[in-house]
Amino acid sequence: MKGVRHYPGFLAMAVGCLVILYAPLIVVTIYSFNDSASITTWGGFSWRWYADVFTGPEAPRFKAAAWNSITIAMLAATTATAIAIAAAVAMVRGGRFRGKSATFALINLPLMVPEIVTAVACLIFFSTIGLTTGYMTILIAHITFCIPFAYLPIAARLTGIEDVYEQAARDLYATRAQAFRLILLPLMLPGILSGFLLAFIISLDDFIITNFVKGAGMETLPTAIFGSVKQGIKPNIMAISTMMLAVSVLFVTLSYLANRIGQRTRS
Amino acid sequence: MAGTAPKAGKEGGTGYRGIVGPLLLPTWVMVGVFMVIPVLLMAVYSFLTKEFRGGVIWDFTLAAYDQFFLSRGLFGDEPPRIEWTYISIFWRSIWQAALATLVCLIVGFPTAWFIATRPARSRAVWLFLITVPYWVNLLIRTVSLKFLIRDNGPLNESLMSIGLIDGPLPLVNTNLAVQLGLFYSYLPFMVLPIYAAVERYNFALSEAAADLYASRWVTLWEIVLPIVKPGIIAGCILVFVPSLGAFLAPDLLGGAKTFMIGSLIDEQFRGSQGNWPFGAAAAMILMTLVMIVLLAYARAQAKSEAR
Repeated sequence: MKGVRHYPGFLAMAVGCLVILYAPLIVVTIYSFNDSASITTWGGFSWRWYADVFTGPEAPRFKAAAWNSITIAMLAATTATAIAIAAAVAMVRGGRFRGKSATFALINLPLMVPEIVTAVACLIFFSTIGLTTGYMTILIAHITFCIPFAYLPIAARLTGIEDVYEQAARDLYATRAQAFRLILLPLMLPGILSGFLLAFIISLDDFIITNFVKGAGMETLPTAIFGSVKQGIKPNIMAISTMMLAVSVLFVTLSYLANRIGQRTRS
Repeated sequence: MAGTAPKAGKEGGTGYRGIVGPLLLPTWVMVGVFMVIPVLLMAVYSFLTKEFRGGVIWDFTLAAYDQFFLSRGLFGDEPPRIEWTYISIFWRSIWQAALATLVCLIVGFPTAWFIATRPARSRAVWLFLITVPYWVNLLIRTVSLKFLIRDNGPLNESLMSIGLIDGPLPLVNTNLAVQLGLFYSYLPFMVLPIYAAVERYNFALSEAAADLYASRWVTLWEIVLPIVKPGIIAGCILVFVPSLGAFLAPDLLGGAKTFMIGSLIDEQFRGSQGNWPFGAAAAMILMTLVMIVLLAYARAQAKSEAR
């Protein structure tokens, strides 16, 4: 008897899951170092396609797309995080107020509506009010759908912080702003960091909504990659993919560490 | 000495109660203006007349819904019959999404159980490994999958080189590829909520069942499943809803025969062949389907909490 926790075959399933999740990523990473111009045959190890991404014929297009992606993700994540901090403080510390559950539904709305529906709705809205699609429309759409992703970790963290510290500060004549800046904000920091990183990655990853509201001639990395892939998977796409993969892994590691630090400070 | 607090107000709170409105204003404005109003506007657009260059004429009509559900022949003068083209695209999407959910559940439950029963340290590693793909760009993951399973891709090449198959398995552009793509895209969404439920499960219940001579599998079916059911349902919703409106997996891995709702809607807004009111109507129908699923979930949860 190996105990009630053990079920035969479950280990195999878990390992199978990892294999399915990682095999495509590993294969593409390996082939991004392929020296051959054909994606089918292996021609030895080389950095050639990485050089091609930065200096090749498509380099200006990718550079512009990367710049757009990164600046939009930065601005959208920062704005969404700021909005989410205010919302979390109101929802967690504001007591009972009218419209609280409606507000909660509103915050989570972008998570419940399918992405393609949001995309269509945004396109129709921008075209009706006559806003030219481009950088600005992408940014607005990204801020909106990043709000719940920033909100959830921040609110979760805030719920776990007792209000005795702030009350002590207020008792000692700290103003509300001082109590927030010196007491609550530092305590919330791990949650804020997780929320920001999640919003950043979500913005960086978005394809469907961006593709609808970007307008002609405007590209972010996912839409540029999608455009290239439609003509077939080329080795330079695999090099870009591998670099984006590395960025994602870096971010998830950062967020994991932020969480660990958060858990340590709580106990 | 909270009673002597000079500024904290009579609630003894932290002073945020008075400024709830200003704190929430940015959220209300952003989500209200750029999410709620656009969706309402989309509903209005679905009742407008299409313009041929891609756009609308502000004449109210039921034409978009009529085109979706009914056929009146080539010249529009025949008696209306039910038009199956679009209904069958929706039906295929529902069926594909349901199957993807089932496959994710069958694979995801044992995985989540296995992870939740590891010692703390290796559990953290397993969880980390399962969450990493969720953070990786979905487009890149889908392209990678296509690269792996295409006709002369590494999977077929290696299967042929070890002599398991003679010719390449035609995987790309099939329902199977779309299915694999959906499964691969949303598997972490199934594992994580089930993991959270199993982690809270009291294993003493399993031990009690074993003491009373219940077999492992009877225990799993009769004791464990009813208790972790909320996690399973949450996982199923998190997989089913995005699968239903998925665009990348069917578009990149599927072909004309595996057309799903996402591609149908997308097509209506591309170039001059588009039909905005029809696209808006299809999006409305998709959103209605999703809202029905979510409402059913909310009601079931409210009922189980009341018990």
